[in-house]
Amino acid sequence: MARNKRAIPEINAGSMADIAFLLLIFYLVTTTMDTDKGINRKLPPFDEELIQDPPPIKERNIFTVLVNSNDQLLVEDEYLEIGQLREKAMEFIDNNGDRSCDYCKGYGMSISSDNPDKAVISLQNDRGTSYGMYVKVQNELIAAYEDLRDEYAESEYGRSYREMDSEEDREIIKEIKTSYPQKISEAEPLNIGG
Amino acid sequence: MAVLKKKKDKALPAMNTSALPDIVFMLLFFFMVATVMREVDLKVAVNKPQATEIQKLERKSLVTYIYAGAPSKKYQDKFGKSPRIQLNDSFATLDDVQAFVISERETKSEEERPLMTMSIKADRSVKMGLISDIKLQLRKAQALKINYSSLQPKNVDALYSSEN
Repeated sequence: MARNKRAIPEINAGSMADIAFLLLIFYLVTTTMDTDKGINRKLPPFDEELIQDPPPIKERNIFTVLVNSNDQLLVEDEYLEIGQLREKAMEFIDNNGDRSCDYCKGYGMSISSDNPDKAVISLQNDRGTSYGMYVKVQNELIAAYEDLRDEYAESEYGRSYREMDSEEDREIIKEIKTSYPQKISEAEPLNIGG
Repeated sequence: MAVLKKKKDKALPAMNTSALPDIVFMLLFFFMVATVMREVDLKVAVNKPQATEIQKLERKSLVTYIYAGAPSKKYQDKFGKSPRIQLNDSFATLDDVQAFVISERETKSEEERPLMTMSIKADRSVKMGLISDIKLQLRKAQALKINYSSLQPKNVDALYSSEN
């Protein structure tokens, strides 16, 4: 009984800081702060039967982007700088040639796409194209769609598409995405120079 | 004056360090939360391409990495300078990609498998021939969700300049 009444001696916490420092240094050394970011893409499934029968698409609804082994761009048979690509792609997607798209602001040219739903961007690169250039081109084409969606969201909902929350605004995002569906098709790379 | 002088003569009282563990623990927790363990020892030099339309990769556990680039200095005399693929901790060939994807898929639970993302971390100077070959292997292995790992450029205009 007498023993129980004795106060428990206090634990010496003096070395606590040392232990914490040790752990801290361990984490400091092993840590890598880089957050992983990148362009999300979906590959087409590998199916040999599909390749043999491509669906027919009208020439005017295809926006061809070719990149050669010197990282030069040929867009719709015209030499372009990477800085002009986004604008050209936006003009093409938003063209509204058959007047069926009431939110489009395009010029309605007969040589460009019918409507955003039919517009397809076809991207083909050479085996000698650099990966950096390929990512830049992909980035510009995606940016063209994102910019159009942004404009649409701004006029329909008064908000920016890029700043929408994927959980809360799921329905709105879905609607915007069907208004400007992203259709980027990649052909097998050429092997000309490189 | 007299009082002040008296104080100066005395030795400095020991600094109270009882709050030190708290501060250190705070830092420790910050680093523990923010840390990402380096999964692999990089054997190829990867200078990621730049892009603006990038998204954060959610769910680290579902991401599998494929590295491509020229072997780093240490390995150059052994493996040469031409770009190579690295899977996990070792150099690999194209034929290994499918088996690698399948074995990685095995480690994930059934319901998470469709969410698996392949992150391609390649150097910006790698030729597209190699990347296309990797992509074809991924398609054959039914790993269709991919991510081109890129960096947000500090200056967007630099993206359009002719170099890099």
